[in-house]
Amino acid sequence: MTENIIEVRDLVKHYPVTRGIVFKKTIGQVKAVDGVSFELKAGETLGVVGESGCGKSTLARVLMNLERPTAGQVLYKGQDISKLSGGALRRLRRQIQLVMQDPYTSLNPRMTVGDLIGEPFEIHPDVAPRGSRRSKVKELLDLVGLNPEHINRYPHQFSGGQRQRIGIARALALRPEVIVCDEPVSALDVSIQAQVMNLLEKLQAEFGLSYVFIAHDLSVVRHLSDRVAVMYLGKMVEIGTEDEIYERPTHPYTQALLSAVPVPDPTLRDNKAIIRLTGDVPSPVSPPSGCRFRTRCWKAQDICAQEVPLLQIRRGSDHPSACHFAEKREIVATHEAA
Amino acid sequence: MSEQSAPGADGSGRPSGRLLEVDDLRVEFRTRDGVAKVINGVTYHVDAGETLAVLGESGSGKSVTAQTIMGILDTPPGFVTGGQVRFHGKDMLAMSAEQRRRIRGEGIAMIFQDSLSALNPVFTVGFQIAEQFRIRRGMSRADAKKRAIEMLDQVKIPNAKGRYSNYPHQFSGGMRQRAMIAMSLALDPEVLIADEPTTALDVTVQAQIMDLLGELQRERQMGMILITHDLGVVADVADRIAVMYAGRIVEEADVYDLYAKPAHPYTLGLLNSIPRMDEKGQELRTIKGLPPNLMNIPPGCPFNPRCPMAQPVCREKLPPLLQVGRSRASACHFAEELVNRD
Repeated sequence: MTENIIEVRDLVKHYPVTRGIVFKKTIGQVKAVDGVSFELKAGETLGVVGESGCGKSTLARVLMNLERPTAGQVLYKGQDISKLSGGALRRLRRQIQLVMQDPYTSLNPRMTVGDLIGEPFEIHPDVAPRGSRRSKVKELLDLVGLNPEHINRYPHQFSGGQRQRIGIARALALRPEVIVCDEPVSALDVSIQAQVMNLLEKLQAEFGLSYVFIAHDLSVVRHLSDRVAVMYLGKMVEIGTEDEIYERPTHPYTQALLSAVPVPDPTLRDNKAIIRLTGDVPSPVSPPSGCRFRTRCWKAQDICAQEVPLLQIRRGSDHPSACHFAEKREIVATHEAA
Repeated sequence: MSEQSAPGADGSGRPSGRLLEVDDLRVEFRTRDGVAKVINGVTYHVDAGETLAVLGESGSGKSVTAQTIMGILDTPPGFVTGGQVRFHGKDMLAMSAEQRRRIRGEGIAMIFQDSLSALNPVFTVGFQIAEQFRIRRGMSRADAKKRAIEMLDQVKIPNAKGRYSNYPHQFSGGMRQRAMIAMSLALDPEVLIADEPTTALDVTVQAQIMDLLGELQRERQMGMILITHDLGVVADVADRIAVMYAGRIVEEADVYDLYAKPAHPYTLGLLNSIPRMDEKGQELRTIKGLPPNLMNIPPGCPFNPRCPMAQPVCREKLPPLLQVGRSRASACHFAEELVNRD
């Protein structure tokens, strides 16, 4: 459990904002991910939560090496993946696979399920010799709970939850060590969402997979994750075990986020202490100076505008938090519900 | 079936003093591939000052019911094949287009899920709100603008005056949803239908919008129909809940009763499949299978192929929505057993 399979160091990804067509000129940077460090251990699930625009999907893209980082490193077993190319990169890609959010647009409508799931074998012929591919695909279909006889069907003949299973089967085809799941259940209905979450857990136990599980739904993340990282506007504001983040959060943003989660229990509606944040997330083109959360934070002081709080373990706490005034606070009565 | 339907609705047709009633509504979509029976006898009502949550998964018919109430159902392919929608006791489905238009906005207004596509991108937000005052209230441009700014202020848009002349794309998602609320409340409706008002929003913004809606509802004593699939949001704001499945109401109950002890196996399954913050590490209890194809709804109870309690009778006889106990109704042959178990 202690070996680091992925290590991310000071990862930065900026996208240029340009003006003009002929005389294109860069007028700013969207600071999508701005200095993020963490590690993923073998066999664990790291949940990444945050609201839209916080950089979680950009993080997924950089982890997959679909985007080259502006600065910083992503190390897979000590090897910097953004430096790889050609055959070495192709070999690495086998080890890290992606499950995408939208099962409707991430599957080519003109390919059969067999072709979709079998496509990775075309690119990596050494994994499965040509003759055995169809039976491998059938095996994968069975594994994710689909009928192997549906191998010749097209994506439109499946429901949303089934399509997400196809996406998972495709990610599993090359027997990767790491799967990055970018909002894998957020497009699904509750009853279907639970089926897919159970499947992900089963597969992890069976193949010893490591997951980076990106989602905005905090209860989904809690259910699946061993450790959780909270992101806000391109920065990681708090990271810790599932218990540390959900039971003893110290960053005001984490506290506000957790308290805003609607609890499916009407008897708690009157005694919930909900922290109401005002306003919206600022633009990642010109984030606030110092702490990026200060414009919505009720604890903000002068120091928050001047000094960027580092993600470090602070007094009276057991896990890193990027707040000058990090402290424990009693959150909603979620866990006392039972 | 209408004579033994939900509590409160007496199928006899005499005025019951309800604000808005949907009575045994039936809608089908006639498509090239066949006829999809989208709504198969939905009955519910909402009174002044009360929040009814209509809960269901995609395809359960919750939004189509709302569209039928508003008279914005796409026809074709959608056709109302039976039932009534009564507003103050008068059947809206029998009214002329002009009469219905008068109710829209002033009687019943609606907020949509996707505020970006619900607002017209080529007019300013302020103009779209002011338009109603000019056309429906005959106000001058200047007066209408003043009222529109007041409305923006009421939904707590900072710098309402400056924001009046912004276009929808210049607003953030939360702000746009506020503008939508301002627009739907402009003519002071008696009933507000909110169709997934916060689904596209982040949790912290969702909390702001639900607060705002609750506050405005209390001030105005509006009846509210909240359409959602989110069991968490429902638990926070609803007074009563109607659970829909395959175009039917399968359970209707007071919010506390429903969460404490669901009287329909589908509701129970839904509640069980939410990952709870307090129950980590256990396998989630799911509802097996998929919702039925609406072109081919299974005979008997439409939930029977997925139901863990299904008996032979469930495959033969459609269970009507019947009263169980004092404040609830369930469309399950075994509702009594479900409620009385411990």
